[in-house]
Amino acid sequence: MLSIKNLHVKLEEEDKQILKGVDLQINAGEVHAIMGPNGSGKSTLSYVLSGKDGYEVTQGEAALEGADLLEMEPEERAAAGLFLAFQYPVEIPGVGNMTFLRTAVNAQRKARGEAEMSASDFLKAVRARAKELKIDAEMLKRPVNVGFSGGEKKRNEIMQMAMLEPKMCILDETDSGLDVDAMKLVAEGVNALRSEGRGFLVITHYQRLLDHIKPDVVHIMADGRIVKTGGPELALEVENNGYGDILAEVA
Amino acid sequence: MAEPAANISVLDGRLSRLERPTGGWSDAARADALSRLRATGLPDRRDEYWKYTRPDTLTQADPVPAALFDNDEGPIFGDMARIQIVFVDGVFDADASDDLVGEGLIIERLAETQADIHWARDLYGKLEASGQSPVARPLAALNTAFAPDGVLIHVTGKVSKPVSLQYHHRSETSDAMLHHVIRLDEGAELTVLENGPAAARFNKVMEVDVADGAVFHHVRAQGRDHERRAATHIFARLGTESTFKSFTLTANGVMTRNECVIELTGNDAIAHVAGACVGDGDFHHDDTVFITHDAVGCESRQVFKKVLRNGATGVFQGKILVKKDAQKTDGYQISQSLLLDDDSQFLAKPELEIYADDVACSHGSTSGAIDEDALFYLRSRGVPEASATDLLTLAFLAEAVDEIENETLREEINERLAAWLERHRG
Repeated sequence: MLSIKNLHVKLEEEDKQILKGVDLQINAGEVHAIMGPNGSGKSTLSYVLSGKDGYEVTQGEAALEGADLLEMEPEERAAAGLFLAFQYPVEIPGVGNMTFLRTAVNAQRKARGEAEMSASDFLKAVRARAKELKIDAEMLKRPVNVGFSGGEKKRNEIMQMAMLEPKMCILDETDSGLDVDAMKLVAEGVNALRSEGRGFLVITHYQRLLDHIKPDVVHIMADGRIVKTGGPELALEVENNGYGDILAEVA
Repeated sequence: MAEPAANISVLDGRLSRLERPTGGWSDAARADALSRLRATGLPDRRDEYWKYTRPDTLTQADPVPAALFDNDEGPIFGDMARIQIVFVDGVFDADASDDLVGEGLIIERLAETQADIHWARDLYGKLEASGQSPVARPLAALNTAFAPDGVLIHVTGKVSKPVSLQYHHRSETSDAMLHHVIRLDEGAELTVLENGPAAARFNKVMEVDVADGAVFHHVRAQGRDHERRAATHIFARLGTESTFKSFTLTANGVMTRNECVIELTGNDAIAHVAGACVGDGDFHHDDTVFITHDAVGCESRQVFKKVLRNGATGVFQGKILVKKDAQKTDGYQISQSLLLDDDSQFLAKPELEIYADDVACSHGSTSGAIDEDALFYLRSRGVPEASATDLLTLAFLAEAVDEIENETLREEINERLAAWLERHRG
């Protein structure tokens, strides 16, 4: 599904190398987690994969189902099936949540040569997804993320993911700023989307999210590289002992 | 002393092309306007009130020729039942117009009312004259003195059908002048729509007297001929608990100066003035607003949004004057521009002058580029860059467009803006 090889990335504006050779292979149906201390490059990886400006790939490659992601515009990556759940979802005053969702769904369909979703099908789908994520009608009417609480913003991300049905989902610190109940709700939303044909990359600081979204593989990232890979037990090790031991071990 | 002389010669040049209608009830007002105009002269570049907008092409003897707009997009406001009044290059077109009758109102043409007594005598040139202080507005005085035609609307009841003034532009060298007077009696209601480029050069004045409890809505779409020029003035006087709401869409036009002068003279009156303008390239748009609070508990809002690209220029001069006894005034003023490139510019002069001590007034003026984070967010969801930019641009304009209460009209304005953005990408 997602294949990253020897990816090197620096900031465009300054001479600062952030990713120093990331290798990662996520197969369809798998959930991978990336954990790591602040500044290790986790979020940069998610931005580079989704096509945010400000980064320069100096070496390596990233492909989604064999297609070169790095050559594509952000919207092309989305249409190809990549989805990033933002750590800080952006507020867009003046653009209604429903208008935004419908525009996105139909833009992706158009890009893939599919027919647009009819207004009634769309409404039905949104209502069903919204209900699962406890998103009320009022929230759907409001401008995108404006005045949403932290939990509402994250649920809104998951709802977008559910509506867009991507192949590869990247969740960038989706647990940040969430209380336990909100985290459970978000995790349920994610788990409902787990399927044979879909891959997940869950970026997080803490093990607690992984209690709810059970990963198949856990990677530890430090200083722009994946330094250790293991099963779910690796996350527990981080939880109990912090990153210190692992980093010392691989140093 | 050479400079005033040059100014006088501009006025003489302009006047040499005009003929003042004489006789009838408007005679005294026209003569008065002409003498006021002679005292002030026409605006020139040194005029503080014209610091950001060069008046030359609006004041010179002959208009700069303007090509006609060659887009086959249908006319705006077409979906509404309305009383249509059509002017072609400033000349009334009886065949294209509806009968000038309607329930709850009397419509007449300025050119056809020649009697010595007419209700409009108390308003014609009167609100305009009152709006000349503290700042002179010579183009409006010129209009009062010379406008050959216009409509006089006396509204006695709640009128459901809007009066739709349509200004066609068919001659590339036309120089049009119209003067409308609208009087709403106590409790009366009317919506006036205006659309079209009108002429190569258009000078228009609309005087609106809104009596106690009356409600006036105005929605205007200025014509899209790229080379047209317009100087328009609205003078409104508001009575107790009356409402005045005006919205203007400006897409294209090489030169537009829209002045709006409002006096809140009755307690608890409401005045909203809004504008959305979109300009690409050779485009200069100036919104100049002056709102005077002269009564207790009134509310005024000014909401102006401009989208500018390829060297387009936007100007906003907006003032709220709160007189000594206008306590409990609620004044709001926002003027913002979205600059889609580095070549465009926005010049703003927001002013508050407050003499009462118990008021709430706020104002803000900003100019900025598209929000890159929002753009990336939309694109990351699959919305192509051009559509995402359009969506964010419409969102930026929304605060102004949302000032239109009628949903059908609001939608029509939004559709027109969306179509414009699609035509002016990249």
